[in-house]
Amino acid sequence: MEREFFLLLSAVAIASALLVVVARNPVHSALALVACLVQIAALYVLLGAPFLAVIQIFVYVGAVMVLFLFVIMMLDVRKEAQTRYLKNAVLPGVVALVILSGEMIVLLTQSARLHGVMGPGQPITTQPSVESLSLLLFQDFLLPFEVASVILLVALIGAVVLAKSDEGDVSAKGQKNHVKANGEGLK
Amino acid sequence: MIPTAWYLILAATLFVIGAAGVLLRRNVLIVLMSLELMLNSITINLLAFGHVLQDLRGQIIAIFVIAITAAEVAVALGILVALLRNKNTLEVDELTVLKG
Repeated sequence: MEREFFLLLSAVAIASALLVVVARNPVHSALALVACLVQIAALYVLLGAPFLAVIQIFVYVGAVMVLFLFVIMMLDVRKEAQTRYLKNAVLPGVVALVILSGEMIVLLTQSARLHGVMGPGQPITTQPSVESLSLLLFQDFLLPFEVASVILLVALIGAVVLAKSDEGDVSAKGQKNHVKANGEGLK
Repeated sequence: MIPTAWYLILAATLFVIGAAGVLLRRNVLIVLMSLELMLNSITINLLAFGHVLQDLRGQIIAIFVIAITAAEVAVALGILVALLRNKNTLEVDELTVLKG
């Protein structure tokens, strides 16, 4: 039963990943990526990591992809990008991709050490609990956790500074108009 | 039981598809989305090895990868908005500011 689920989820994931790359409209790409990320979250449950699955849905689908969709709709990029692929970079790109996939195939099929590690796989029932995960995160990995929170703070400030426009008066006007419009909307 | 090799093959496939998007597409937004795809395939690898070795550190690193990705996307989209305001284009081959 698990194998059928895995095959179904991975088939949908690969199909939607291909759609991300070939879709003409960026909105379609974003929605296909949402589908792909949800399949990957389901695969995390199969891998015995239900907490990661929930985090994946919250952070990727809930925050990151909504941010992408906001930017796509705010900037109205649909008219901008009509040509899908780079004109004079297709040949080197395809060569690099062929080399990359050949490397992956050789690594996955030929590496004896990798096969020694892999084995037949674990049943899902022997998964560690979320409690032990949290204990490990807040005891042994407390310093990286705090560093990650500082990085998030820096990214927050950086994003605000970057998205502010250089011309102070124009942006102030724009923001005032924005606030006015919001206030009228609320009334 | 699902063999670990299946997870690794899936992750490699998704990684190559994401790399194709990064190398071939012209729209910066879709390049960023393909980058997300590549990061996700790496997270599948981490969790697969953590599952097979019964080691929770794979999940810990995956949590950090997701957190750093959220920060990276926020900064990248901020840069993108500023770039679009100044240069008025989203095509990768026209954004040659770093060339000097």
